Amino acid sequence: MSAIQPPEERVWWKEPIAPIEITWILIAFVWCLFMFIMMPYWHIFGKQNLANEAYRSTPELFTAKAQAMVDKYKVREETEQAIPVVRPPAGSDVYLVARLWQWWPLLELEEGQTYRLHLMSLDWLHGFSLQPENINIQVHPGYEHILQVQPNRAGTYSIICNEYCGINHHTMAAKLYVVKK
Amino acid sequence: MSEVARNNAKGPAAGSHEDIEDEAIPAMQHLLDNPFILLFLGVVVPTVLYVIWGVMEIVGIPIAK
Amino acid sequence: MALNRMFRACPMTGLKVHEPTEALIKANAVAAVVSLAVGGVLALLITLTRWPAVHLLPPDWFYLLLTAHGLNMLIYWIIFFEVAILYFGSSLLLGCRLATPRVAWFAFWLMVLGALMNNYAVFRGDSSVMFTSYVPMPAHPTFYLGLILFAVGALIACFVFFGTLVIAKEERTYNGSVPLVTFGALTAAIIAVFTIASGAIILIPTFMWSIGLVDSVDSLMYRTIYWAFGHSAQQINVSAHVAVWYTVAAIIFGAKPMSEKVSRMAFLLYILFITIASAHHLLTDPGLTSNWKILNTSYAIYLAVLASMVHGLTVPGAIEVAQRKKGYTRGLFEWLRKAPWGNPVFSGMFMSLVGFGFLGGISGVILGTEQLNIIMHNTIYVPGHFHATVVIGTTLAFMAITYFVLPAIFRREVSFTKMAQWQPYIFGIGMTMLALFMMGAGTLGVPRRHWDISFSGNPMGYEFPGAAYLMMGLASIGGVLAVVGGAMYVLIVVHSVFLGKRIETPGFERVRMREGYAPAMQPSGVALQAHGSAAHHAWAAPGTFTLAVVFLASFILYYFVNWKYLATVWPLK
Ligand code: HEM
Ligand SMILES: [Cu+2]
Ligand SMILES: [Cu+2]
Repeated sequence: MSAIQPPEERVWWKEPIAPIEITWILIAFVWCLFMFIMMPYWHIFGKQNLANEAYRSTPELFTAKAQAMVDKYKVREETEQAIPVVRPPAGSDVYLVARLWQWWPLLELEEGQTYRLHLMSLDWLHGFSLQPENINIQVHPGYEHILQVQPNRAGTYSIICNEYCGINHHTMAAKLYVVKK
Repeated sequence: MSEVARNNAKGPAAGSHEDIEDEAIPAMQHLLDNPFILLFLGVVVPTVLYVIWGVMEIVGIPIAK
Repeated sequence: MALNRMFRACPMTGLKVHEPTEALIKANAVAAVVSLAVGGVLALLITLTRWPAVHLLPPDWFYLLLTAHGLNMLIYWIIFFEVAILYFGSSLLLGCRLATPRVAWFAFWLMVLGALMNNYAVFRGDSSVMFTSYVPMPAHPTFYLGLILFAVGALIACFVFFGTLVIAKEERTYNGSVPLVTFGALTAAIIAVFTIASGAIILIPTFMWSIGLVDSVDSLMYRTIYWAFGHSAQQINVSAHVAVWYTVAAIIFGAKPMSEKVSRMAFLLYILFITIASAHHLLTDPGLTSNWKILNTSYAIYLAVLASMVHGLTVPGAIEVAQRKKGYTRGLFEWLRKAPWGNPVFSGMFMSLVGFGFLGGISGVILGTEQLNIIMHNTIYVPGHFHATVVIGTTLAFMAITYFVLPAIFRREVSFTKMAQWQPYIFGIGMTMLALFMMGAGTLGVPRRHWDISFSGNPMGYEFPGAAYLMMGLASIGGVLAVVGGAMYVLIVVHSVFLGKRIETPGFERVRMREGYAPAMQPSGVALQAHGSAAHHAWAAPGTFTLAVVFLASFILYYFVNWKYLATVWPLK
């Protein structure tokens, strides 16, 4: 019988399985198992993982923290809107505010150092997309997401928004500078 | 009714099938033949693993200081 | 009724058609094709906008039409068609009257109303929130209400399907177990129930929020539960198009499933585990632990991937066995070379299978790997991936089966047969280009849902490499080709349905059944033998196995390429 008719045997469960099928199932299963193990493996031995560190927060609280960082470590301003550029010390907590339609402030980090980057949106969802590294993180309102990043190549990077956030979504972009010590 | 359907209807099938009907149906086949157990499993597994577990984790996110 | 004449060579199954079912199948299929036509016009406009050299629309229109494209294609085209498949898989294949046709009509009109209302909201201009409608970006209340009504209608349709299964069993319209294709439809229906329930859990509060009854909806909660709806909906598609593959193998080749047990167990793995992969969408979201992410994103040890790999073997394997029985035994691939490539039912189905596996499947597993997602999340790689799954996989399979449905259900000959022969190829090739080049551009970081990757006039903008622009252009050329293929499909279907030549089968009689009085069919013990019965002797399908090994090799290779790429980006913890 074909697949659009009821099975021929009343008890089809006991029909033998074709060898080709069983072989393929075994091979495929081994591969599935391998791919599954690859994720925990990378958590232990790989360098690119997301921590599970996140907090529920409010726009006021997060803005205050970012403002404090800006007040302390601002090194210059850029563009006509005088967006502050901040150079926080290596290893410190760095705050990046996402809001319609801006990343704030601009960051200047040192090559090879590790930072605790805090990401949060003040309004709608945004998408942190670091180019050309191509690191992409979802940014939520109300949740402070903390990543440890270690910029390993000096240069000028861009942060664009890759979560649709309204009519000016495509204008939401910023620079991130990684400088040699 | 088409030829085919008519043949089916008149076919000698019924009798021959009754003969083997005493052979027990294996448990797994029973399971696969029961849409409502499958529906139950298909709803419960993702509800527990994905929805409930996920929501519990979200609810458990600590508050920032 | 006897089936259409297109496949007279194939031993037919003596389907008994319940007229109300037939009418419902027609109505749902027509609604589906109308949605596809609308979505296709929008596809042309947005793909021309994402073609950097053309950049057709202004941003507000781009975002509006992109929202409408996603909804009309992903939700309305696909789900109307799936309801038709559910009715086909239950009432027609089981030779049973449909449970409560009135309720099924109610479901249909509810879905139509929902779809219209939701489109109305989008075209008002204040609901360009994409089909995902993530909170807290607000849409007009009719946006959510339309979606909810549509979903309720679809849920009712699922229960009509379940009801029909119950009736068929009680009235003994079939003997033993349901056909494999019906089992596939059952899988789709089960997944649909979970899907729609999740949709209700999140869309109802969101609707209440939009009319001011609820203060706020949490964005992380929304995304988590939304995707139990949005991603699971795609798994309905997978189950449905796999069922279509088996159907096509059966009607074109009379192919017998290699083993009922294996294919059904594979569907069971879908039922149990495929929906939890909704976590694919949340891999870079805050607050959810890696334990939750890994277990869910991997379908619990990739068991649903295993299932797809099994279907990917057993469908062509069954075809190969049937073809070899017919004497196409030379070499590894004579069975495939001598397949009816000029028959769009087959060519569409086979491209669906290969495209879904090689392009959609592999890219999907890679996107859904916890860490690899970091280098792809929300890039245009994602639409590249799902145009390979839901378009090459599902849409092309549905197009293919349409060429069977037209004569079988609509009882019309397919118009423009020459064009119909070409249609799957044009659509399939165009879509393959679109998908591949979108994936390529995504690898270079090009964002999805983005009006202007040149950031013109923006001092903070990023300059994408030339290759990214080139690939976006090539993707759009493929997109235009696919739109042409899609338009051919719509033209053929509309013309066949309204103006096509009626098929009159000699000796054809309507099987009239008053509801509740359907005469039970006798158990069909010796119904026609299909070609290619036992596949149990060793290596019955060596050609298929070879293809499967090629598939696995590409999979492994591409998998490691991506890890290699990931290993070069900034360390993150
Ligand atoms: C007919 C040929 C088609 C073309 C040329 C096409 C083209 C496109 C393009 C260019 C995008 C925008 C990608 C972006 O900017 O992020 C898109 C998005 C999308 N397409 Fe298609 N598409 C076609 C058919 C389909 C079909 C048949 C489906 C579903 C069954 C579909 C589902 C979607 C979805 C869900 C989105 C995402 C919308 C969003 O991001 O909100 N498309 N398509
Ligand atoms: Cu944004
Ligand atoms: Cu944005």
